[in-house]
Amino acid sequence: MHYRNPVREIYTDKGFRTALFLSGWIVLIIVVGIFVTLILNSLPSIKAFGWRFFVGKEWNPVLESYGALPFVLGTLLTSLIALLISIPFSFALSILLGEFYKKGILSSLLNTTIELLSGIPSIIYGFWGLFVLVPIVRTFEIKTDLPPYGVGIFTASIILAIMIIPYSASLGREVISLVPAEIKEAAYSLGATRFEVVRYIIIPYARSGIFAGFLLSLGRALGETMAVTMVVGNANTFPEGIFSPGNTMASLIANEFTEATGNLYLSALIEIGLVLFIITTILNVFGRIVIKKTGFEGGNQ
Amino acid sequence: MSNLKSRIYKDNLFLFLVVLFAICSIVPLIFILYYLTRQGISSINWHFLVNLPRPVGEKGGGISNALVGTFILVLLASVFSIPIGIGTGIYLSEYGKSRLAGVIRFCAETLQGVPSIVVGIVAYLWVVKPMGGFSALSGGIALGIMMLPLIVKSTEETLKLIPHSLKEASLSLGVSYSRTILKVILPAGLSGILNGVLIGIARIVGETAPLLFTAFGNQYMNINILKPIDSLPLLIYRYATSPYPEWHKLAWGGSFILITLVLLINVITKGITKKWKVLS
Repeated sequence: MHYRNPVREIYTDKGFRTALFLSGWIVLIIVVGIFVTLILNSLPSIKAFGWRFFVGKEWNPVLESYGALPFVLGTLLTSLIALLISIPFSFALSILLGEFYKKGILSSLLNTTIELLSGIPSIIYGFWGLFVLVPIVRTFEIKTDLPPYGVGIFTASIILAIMIIPYSASLGREVISLVPAEIKEAAYSLGATRFEVVRYIIIPYARSGIFAGFLLSLGRALGETMAVTMVVGNANTFPEGIFSPGNTMASLIANEFTEATGNLYLSALIEIGLVLFIITTILNVFGRIVIKKTGFEGGNQ
Repeated sequence: MSNLKSRIYKDNLFLFLVVLFAICSIVPLIFILYYLTRQGISSINWHFLVNLPRPVGEKGGGISNALVGTFILVLLASVFSIPIGIGTGIYLSEYGKSRLAGVIRFCAETLQGVPSIVVGIVAYLWVVKPMGGFSALSGGIALGIMMLPLIVKSTEETLKLIPHSLKEASLSLGVSYSRTILKVILPAGLSGILNGVLIGIARIVGETAPLLFTAFGNQYMNINILKPIDSLPLLIYRYATSPYPEWHKLAWGGSFILITLVLLINVITKGITKKWKVLS
């Protein structure tokens, strides 16, 4: 071992600690910076429209009049319908993998499915949706005498549902497998059936965790961009029903940001980004707090 | 409780429904993989990988510009996020109880939930606007921001699992603090950290939204990081939404390559976790 200068070692140590400290600060600055940048750049739009921004139904770059209601509604509709569609599937997966079959061929098959589904990039979901799902929905619409758009809020919701199932299922699986074995065994020993154990023991016990899983999935769905953009129809009008084309906040930004000429136009789009940032952050923070309270940490894969 | 028969009946019905719904969720995966393989594999050959896209009507276009672009973007994102991410991870595991660490941890978690399109806006305002044009650099920074929280988290969690005795033993032998961390603690947790990096890469390699107004896309080969650059997801988006069947074929081929890439990274990640399960 060759000799090292202790004084220099002390300085290296100091430098090293400072570097660690600095990298931590960079993360902090990035997040605060995102928030501040979004606020500063949406100020022109906030000043010009105030609260009318969220109740205005018209999005008209020519007249410089921007109302975000159609997109707020489009985002809420697609995400909530997606959540509703996904609940039975993710619930079934959570129960099955967290309680009924923790090991075995079926569970490893389903676990692999969850992993693969969550790994597929959003652009591929969108592409597949555009070429496979849209024709299917269109056939359905023709049969039921609806205007045959194919694209629209409903199609986007189906794609979103497929995308959030793996996420909420893996959260649910973790939460359900955390239910203490003693109370389940106690119930079984009293003669409860599996259904009764799920209904009266597992669900009440894991309720808040499952709820948090839904919140986090909702946060995912709200911010999802590409898959939705490709199948939602991108109509900047008030959606007439769930089968009509619409637009969401994220896909509006994706479509119009590069074409936005004029400060007010850009600023209005950035304000939509700011709203998206605030909503998803609140959902995430709230969901994480609930999950941490149930004693399960690390709900993000 | 009601009589036994109806309870058993209910139980069986419930089990049936759970299994049914669970199995139904495999259907979309099979559907997606089937279409990708059927449509994608036929357009893949050597020319597809080494040629540039050709105009409509000409046959034999390829995606080489997007492959090179994706590689450069991932590289830029890694250069930016790996040092900061690992540094922050070490900071959080070493000084995790301080108030500042709590705030930083909260920030990293928040960052993970930020919609990718918002990251795109911010990278546009931070890099594209001051530099006066779309560039690979801005795309790399956007992707780096998305990758950062994953690396922070995996580093922190891996290092927390490493026994204290290891660090104490090193320090008690007179090894300096920085050397202890870099030469003893980090190598012990290497598999976990590498795992986080690979998960991060798997996540960003398919990201499109943050690149729409940063890297922007480019029909030609470009390796200058100050110029717009193409990436696989951008290429898929551009060609999938075009009206020409030849371009759709390019997009299917690109999708197949992209999904293969993502799956490959996942397999490697699993291999690493299994093989190097030293301390975590």
